[in-house]
Amino acid sequence: MTTETAGRLAENIVYFARALRVAGIPLGPGSVLDALSAVTAAHIGSRDDFYWTLHAIFVKRHEQSILFDQAFRIFFKRRNYLEQLMGMTLPQVDAGPPAPDKQALQRVQDALMQGLGEKLQREVQELEIDMSQTVSDQEVLQKKDFAQMSAAEVEAAKRAIQKLVLPLDEVKTRRLRPDRHGHIIDMRRTLRASMKSGGDFIDLKYMGPKTRMPPVVALLDISGSMTDYTRLFLHFLHAVTDHRKRVHSFLFGTRLTNVTRALKSKDPDEALAACTASVMDWSGGTRIATSLAEFNKKWARRVLTQGAIVLLITDGLERDPDDRLAFEIDRLHRSCRRLIWLNPLLRYEGFEAKAKGIQQILPHVDEFRPIHNLDSLDGLCRSLSSAGSRHFESKAWTGKDMAGEAA
Amino acid sequence: MTISKKPAAMPTSIDGTLELLSGGNYVGDRSLATVLFLALKMGRPLFLEGEAGVGKTEIAKVLSQTLGRKLIRLQCYEGLDVAAAVYEWNYAAQMIAIRLAEAGGAVDRAGLTKDVFSEQYLIKRPLLQALEPDPAGAPVLLIDELDRTDEAFEAFLLEVLSEYQITIPELGTVKAAHAPMVIITSNRTREIHDALKRRCLYHWVGYPTAEREMKILQAKVPGVGKRLSQEIVHFVQALRKEDLFKSPGVAETLDWATALSELDSVALDPATVSDTLGVLLKYQDDIVRIEGSKAGELLNQVRAELRAAE
Repeated sequence: MTTETAGRLAENIVYFARALRVAGIPLGPGSVLDALSAVTAAHIGSRDDFYWTLHAIFVKRHEQSILFDQAFRIFFKRRNYLEQLMGMTLPQVDAGPPAPDKQALQRVQDALMQGLGEKLQREVQELEIDMSQTVSDQEVLQKKDFAQMSAAEVEAAKRAIQKLVLPLDEVKTRRLRPDRHGHIIDMRRTLRASMKSGGDFIDLKYMGPKTRMPPVVALLDISGSMTDYTRLFLHFLHAVTDHRKRVHSFLFGTRLTNVTRALKSKDPDEALAACTASVMDWSGGTRIATSLAEFNKKWARRVLTQGAIVLLITDGLERDPDDRLAFEIDRLHRSCRRLIWLNPLLRYEGFEAKAKGIQQILPHVDEFRPIHNLDSLDGLCRSLSSAGSRHFESKAWTGKDMAGEAA
Repeated sequence: MTISKKPAAMPTSIDGTLELLSGGNYVGDRSLATVLFLALKMGRPLFLEGEAGVGKTEIAKVLSQTLGRKLIRLQCYEGLDVAAAVYEWNYAAQMIAIRLAEAGGAVDRAGLTKDVFSEQYLIKRPLLQALEPDPAGAPVLLIDELDRTDEAFEAFLLEVLSEYQITIPELGTVKAAHAPMVIITSNRTREIHDALKRRCLYHWVGYPTAEREMKILQAKVPGVGKRLSQEIVHFVQALRKEDLFKSPGVAETLDWATALSELDSVALDPATVSDTLGVLLKYQDDIVRIEGSKAGELLNQVRAELRAAE
């Protein structure tokens, strides 16, 4: 490779990395240097080898593969176009078949065009929401504005949520740490300590198990019947996310949306705005069974590790109840340490588990709590802080008298 | 397996890496060969992620076999700590040494500390072993199922993987003369931190295509007839398209082929499929879904496909 072509190749890789960065793959200058040395090391012969060499360096998550693929296609397909613009040669590549994924394509195209923004002066198009993907006739494709809903009480409640004493439950891990009152002898520290006296005294040191907060996974129903509660509960979730590590939040109506990242923003309003932006089925119908099935299949094995607690926030009013709900909730129950069902309907004195969905969920939860005011949130925190048990009497609810327990 | 005793040389190209893999009876695709070649050439750890049973661990084994290097395996689990992964002091021997020094009468405190915390009393665990010089060449270090351990251990790996060195407070820093070939695998039961991934080359190991799975089957279970193996591969491929909680991996395909050849089957039939489904599917409700009529349906579909291909 002559120095000139090597220089151009390097330049291209830098541009390509920049496009990827804008498309949402976080890349540092280190990766670019790696890519350069990899391309030199691999003695690239074909387009495929070049593709996989850059893939090996730039892609660090499975999800990024599709973005990379699209970016690569566009970047190296528009060879002639780019030549005119940048006056440089690109590696000999052929144009691939047209790209299938519309959203990724759009994102990458935006990124590429933005990278050449000064020269191209092309308007960056906004990501279009694909309306054809809707699954429910009732699904309301609207984005709720939290500002519209704000009222004096809501503000007060938000402030109260921020002052809430958040749960401080801890579980033992298998890791050990120095502990004066522990029961396991720490040989390493013991020996080091006994060196002080030249080995005359052996002063025993102990270890005990290390504790840490278990992961919390919240599954929040955002269907129409829950509208009044979801917003404040999201505030609560944001406070919890801010307070402890390992909180995963999912919203569901007719489909499941992972909003964990959105809630990580420090500012509650920003976090909630990001949540609303990512949800498409706000205040629509409910498909609890479908959403839980999706959670069980896609996420349960990834987020329910290390003794997770699941908070299921829904009124249990399933739109099309069948036996799948009982099956999915049973699977969810068996894959977590503790399943707590929070139901705003419990605020009614004479609540009875009559709806089929509720009857199906009840036998599989460890705890059934109301969630309609600040007191109940406080109660939830206290309950989370205590150890909790898996012995829950669901019959108490299907029977008549249970008003006392709800408090 | 028929693997020549003579270790192969380090591959110098992507094609060479493909040959190396096939020499170890591993049927890999070119993308894997590319990333593996780069990992070897650049001295970077290779991070392999993918569903269970797609042959991630196998890559490390094949690498150590074909190159004739020692394979050092670290199986991760929750609560894995430095004492189990890196090094531990031999406390019993240290105590005796202290007692003997006492009995000898001459107590030189500084000297005693130095003696007791010397290499003689060090028990080396996998990570430290991997940094030791080996006459056969730098070993292959397999860190298996990293997602099973916790974040604290990941953080510890950072020093090992970027500098190939380990700091033992009592002894000093141990640095490898030749960097080991590191293969890390993860089933993605949780996300591994980006800081660790950044130091590695990443590759997602997916399910193989029918053609490649056929080759794998022929290489690993040679006794199976052509018709049966074709049916097996296409049936498993069709099964992966179904909405299952856990799709069967390549390991399951191989197990199934072995099971069927043990049962002296020459072709698939609905009854045998239903009876042996437990080899392929590991969740009760998946088995219930496929058993019986669904299995027959899939089988007919597979046969029709095969007939059409002929």
